[in-house]
Amino acid sequence: MSLDFDSARMANPNLREEHHEWRRQLRKFIDTEIMPYAEDWDEACHIPIELWPKAAAVGLLGLGYPEEFGGVREGIDSWHMWIANEELARIGVGGIPASLMVHGIGLPPVINWGSQALKEMVAPPVLSGAKHIALGITEPGGGSDVAQLATTAVRDGDHYIVNGSKTYITGGMRANWVSTAVRTGGEGAKGVSMLLIPTDAEGFSRTQLDKKQGWWASDTATLYFDNVRVPVENLIGEENQGFLVIMTNFNGERMGMAVSMEASGRVCLEEAAEWARERKTFGKRLADHQVIRHKIVQMKQKLNATQAYIRMCFESLEAGNANPGDIALLKVQASETMEFCAREAMQILGGIGYMRGSRVERIYREVRVNAIGGGSEEIMRDLAARQYGL
Amino acid sequence: MKVLVAVKRVVDYNVKVRAKADGTDVDLNNVKMSINPFCEIAVEEAVRLKEAGVATEVIAVSVGEKSCQEQIRTALALGADRGIQVETDGKVEPLVIAKLLKAVVDKEQPQLVILGKQSIDGDNNQTGQMLGALANMGQGTFASEIAVEGDKVNVIREIDGGLQTVSLSLPAIVTTDLRLNEPRYASLPNIMKAKKKQLDVYTPDDLGVAVTSHITQIKVEAPAERKAGITVKDVEELVDKLKNEAKIIS
Repeated sequence: MSLDFDSARMANPNLREEHHEWRRQLRKFIDTEIMPYAEDWDEACHIPIELWPKAAAVGLLGLGYPEEFGGVREGIDSWHMWIANEELARIGVGGIPASLMVHGIGLPPVINWGSQALKEMVAPPVLSGAKHIALGITEPGGGSDVAQLATTAVRDGDHYIVNGSKTYITGGMRANWVSTAVRTGGEGAKGVSMLLIPTDAEGFSRTQLDKKQGWWASDTATLYFDNVRVPVENLIGEENQGFLVIMTNFNGERMGMAVSMEASGRVCLEEAAEWARERKTFGKRLADHQVIRHKIVQMKQKLNATQAYIRMCFESLEAGNANPGDIALLKVQASETMEFCAREAMQILGGIGYMRGSRVERIYREVRVNAIGGGSEEIMRDLAARQYGL
Repeated sequence: MKVLVAVKRVVDYNVKVRAKADGTDVDLNNVKMSINPFCEIAVEEAVRLKEAGVATEVIAVSVGEKSCQEQIRTALALGADRGIQVETDGKVEPLVIAKLLKAVVDKEQPQLVILGKQSIDGDNNQTGQMLGALANMGQGTFASEIAVEGDKVNVIREIDGGLQTVSLSLPAIVTTDLRLNEPRYASLPNIMKAKKKQLDVYTPDDLGVAVTSHITQIKVEAPAERKAGITVKDVEELVDKLKNEAKIIS
């Protein structure tokens, strides 16, 4: 046991040879096409557009989507997803998977609830990496309280006229379409619909949010809708049923984030353990000081617990009896673990960890976006309490 | 044209190998195994020949325990059409592997056989040459470029001091060097398709080859650890130490 990224991953009996092969090939792709440039892309707050078709070719973008739209779904299970999110987190630049894989939250509403014509228009170019899609929920006036959103879509003949704004939209600058939550009816959750808004429509504009604590490589944006006319055929699901569309999207997103957070914590463990073995202080290795040894194994302890919890949730998702409360709390477990590992790794690395250019320094900056995005820790606990009938 | 490619299961090149405590062998317990990098280059070259319309079928063959089917599947995911495993037990020497491959060559009648120049575990660099001799085929080893023209294959070989071009009559044996190509990544759809491709298993008996052993491994030990260096004050001290302690200059 050397406490590196791979050896610190506990064995998962669900994995078969094809899963290991997927990891091997994906890692090779990432180590060749992404790793050498990752830090520069983060510093430049930009990912070259050519990465999308390359990621499509290796099967990353199409993972889990129907074959008729260019995806690969037959034989694909949660373990392929776990591996993909884990390997992407290993890069240690959170903005890259956030932006590269943002169709993972933008596209499922269309795939699961959209009309056949809508799917045929959007899914093939998105899955081939030629075009991009984002998800627009959060607004400047409110985030987690989806039922109170204020962007309106008013029916006018065979169009909706959309007015309002969305913010913190990952992939928003690059998106050709945004799966957008809009108010089509009265107050509360029952008045919300999902609408696919093309970003070349008249009245649409956007600005980049480039001064973020982390996720620099991600093209996060604020979107503005000023009398944007959207055909009624772009409705995703039924009118005023948008809340259901949004809620069914969350489990997958949270599992992906939990996997990514655990793997980020494991990167911190890997870097800290390696440093602690090399660095000498007071005549011995850092790793020989009890305070440091304990930090490292405590990281491992929390990572072990999170891995086991992730596995349990995936197993219940595979069996079709997942509890959303358990998944919500898994997200909390994962963000607390990531936060702990980033903190302790930073303490072990000391000055060198504070300098830009290391994975630990970046992961440290990306703790909060994970603890807040996709449902904040507080919202997750609240959701769980309700699920458990407290 | 049928192309046969040999692939070997070896310890992954990223793994730091360790000797077993009792010194009998390398410790393979829980060690990541992969396709030998030179064999991967061989598969890539065969697949490119197929994509270029030169080859009609690519067959990946491996000799080893059941687990080597994983490496055959890797080759299938990279684009080989079907696989053959010759199931053996324990260590098999290059000469026996060459004999088994010769039997597969007799069965399949490929026009071209591509192998890695050596495997990164044993580093023997023998199997391709032995197969060439046994099958009575011309051989172009250490290839950095391959071009099939009519009934010939021109191979640019990496040799000491430069490059040598040889022209071989088909059928022929080629072994790959590092610069022949850069293998692709197998895409997820191709990994899934590879599961369904045909993979035949033979025993050495089926092929009429006796697995014999001519080499006894006596001991495996780690190389001596490097001693820590020292810092010298100045050039004079350095020269003095090189002269009088290390005695490598006079």
